[in-house]
Amino acid sequence: MAVVFEKTRGLTDVQTHYCPGCTHGIVHRLVAESLEELGVLDDTIGVAPVGCSVLAYKYFNCDMHEAAHGRAPAVATGIKRVHPDKFVFTYQGDGDLASIGTAEIVHAAHRGEKISTIFINNAIYGMTGGQMAPTTLVGQKATTAPYGRDEAHAGRPIRMAEMLATIHGAKFVERVAVNTPANVRKAKKAIKRCFETQINGEGFGIVEVLSTCPTNWGYTPEEALKWLEENMIPYYPLGNFRTPEEVE
Amino acid sequence: MAKVLMKGNEAIGAAAIEAGCKYFFGYPITPQSELPEYMAREMPKINGVFLQAESEIAAINMVYGAAGAGARVMTSSSSPGISLKQEGISYIAGAELPCLIVNIMRGGPGLGSIQPSQTDYFQATRGGGNGDYRLVVLAPANVQELVDLIIEGFDIADQYRNPVMILGDGMIGQMMEPVEFKKPKKRELPEKDWATTGTKGKRKPNIINSLYLAAEELEEHNKRLQEKYKAIKENEVKVESYNIEDADIVVAAYGTTSRIAKTAISQLEKEGYKVGLIRPISLWPFPYEEFNKISDKCKGVLTIEMNTGQMVDDVKIAVNGRFPVYFYGRTGGMVPTPNEIAEKVKESMEVKSNGCSI
Repeated sequence: MAVVFEKTRGLTDVQTHYCPGCTHGIVHRLVAESLEELGVLDDTIGVAPVGCSVLAYKYFNCDMHEAAHGRAPAVATGIKRVHPDKFVFTYQGDGDLASIGTAEIVHAAHRGEKISTIFINNAIYGMTGGQMAPTTLVGQKATTAPYGRDEAHAGRPIRMAEMLATIHGAKFVERVAVNTPANVRKAKKAIKRCFETQINGEGFGIVEVLSTCPTNWGYTPEEALKWLEENMIPYYPLGNFRTPEEVE
Repeated sequence: MAKVLMKGNEAIGAAAIEAGCKYFFGYPITPQSELPEYMAREMPKINGVFLQAESEIAAINMVYGAAGAGARVMTSSSSPGISLKQEGISYIAGAELPCLIVNIMRGGPGLGSIQPSQTDYFQATRGGGNGDYRLVVLAPANVQELVDLIIEGFDIADQYRNPVMILGDGMIGQMMEPVEFKKPKKRELPEKDWATTGTKGKRKPNIINSLYLAAEELEEHNKRLQEKYKAIKENEVKVESYNIEDADIVVAAYGTTSRIAKTAISQLEKEGYKVGLIRPISLWPFPYEEFNKISDKCKGVLTIEMNTGQMVDDVKIAVNGRFPVYFYGRTGGMVPTPNEIAEKVKESMEVKSNGCSI
């Protein structure tokens, strides 16, 4: 019988701990498939964050390093400088990358560190139970913003892709979403191009992935996909902000 | 190899390179900036990496990554910067990775001063970061010993998969002395088969991690760590002592303070006093047992530090009530003089034995 589909070798057989409807699983698969398809899986070292994807080191079928909250780009820098011939990526959430780890991500990009970052933006702190993130939308309720995010008090949500695209060393910057099959395909394409930026030795690359958190948003998985489309995409426009060709 | 005259901070860099360290991640801070500057000059010559990080926090996390990737790697800083590194140090200790961390101490708390001090003894020997972990803490008293401990420190780190801290004060970083680079004693160093080097499809993935969500697993991990620390305590105590078998009083001091104490002791010997010295070289593991060798006729132990009394707690544990324990310290970058120490020794000897020990 002909094999029509196989699970990527880039993922282990460990069952993930993600909630029903959470899109981390989709993004894990896209990352793992990309590593396999680009032929770098066995030469890859991944860096896991603190947050919902803290256990990512159990799910990716390659060498993994669990970092402290926000420090993944610094840890990845140490690894890449020791093994410049290996493929090094970080997988980080919005609390990790856009709050506590802003210095590390900005300076990794600024140095043009030849690493790749997958940035999950779900507008909330998931692992700790739904607190406000720097990416939480104005008016969006969170356990530490029970009346909704107040712009006068907490400012507007931070747009990381736009910010990082202003940095010369960031050679590939794109924002994608995984709320529809078409967007999932586009996300895969962006992730592969981002990884190629590292493989070609061109510099730092990041893909911001708009994701859902049905549990902490208080929606069903389907409602969450709709909420993402209606609320997140208007504030966080999808698209490419930087490619290596544009930088030159 | 002929001796060369080197400044302490530069000698650290030369010793590290001699020990095969090819990766240095740091951030500038007085009074240790000559070390990153030296590494910035020298690392490219040996195809090594010097990288000035955006912060001490990033620097120690780069060390965490590089150590996990199997490299001999180090960082250095001074007191406030070492405080910032504590998060990373705790992770490195938890993930059981080898690395070398240099703290050239300055006065505190807070921004403190840039003058020499020994105010980070507690932080270095008690943890500093979160969790039940220990660093091997080595405190050199001269530049030659600094070089020797750096070279051996890398081996100790590799042997036990544990971070090693070199704890010096601003004086040792700045002083110039002749040094030679000697091979350390031979140790059996384990293969780094746990490092993240890419599986090449030939082995299961290696995972560098300090997270154990199951309580039973974390307890087991902590038990393993404690067993390792026990082995370090048994094998790695370093101490210099003299005249403690027939001393009327024993001085306990480490680092450059011990050199000033030695000058005071020679002075006192000429005046007819019998003064012994215990100089812990490893602050952790602390040479508790050395204090058992002090004769019963001793009138007390005087601890001298450039702080308000930190190692004195370990001295009290070591003395275990056998003698009164006295303390004399200067702070803020003030360095005790031999005369001050000699006076304190005399004062301590005059105190009635159950009198004013601290």
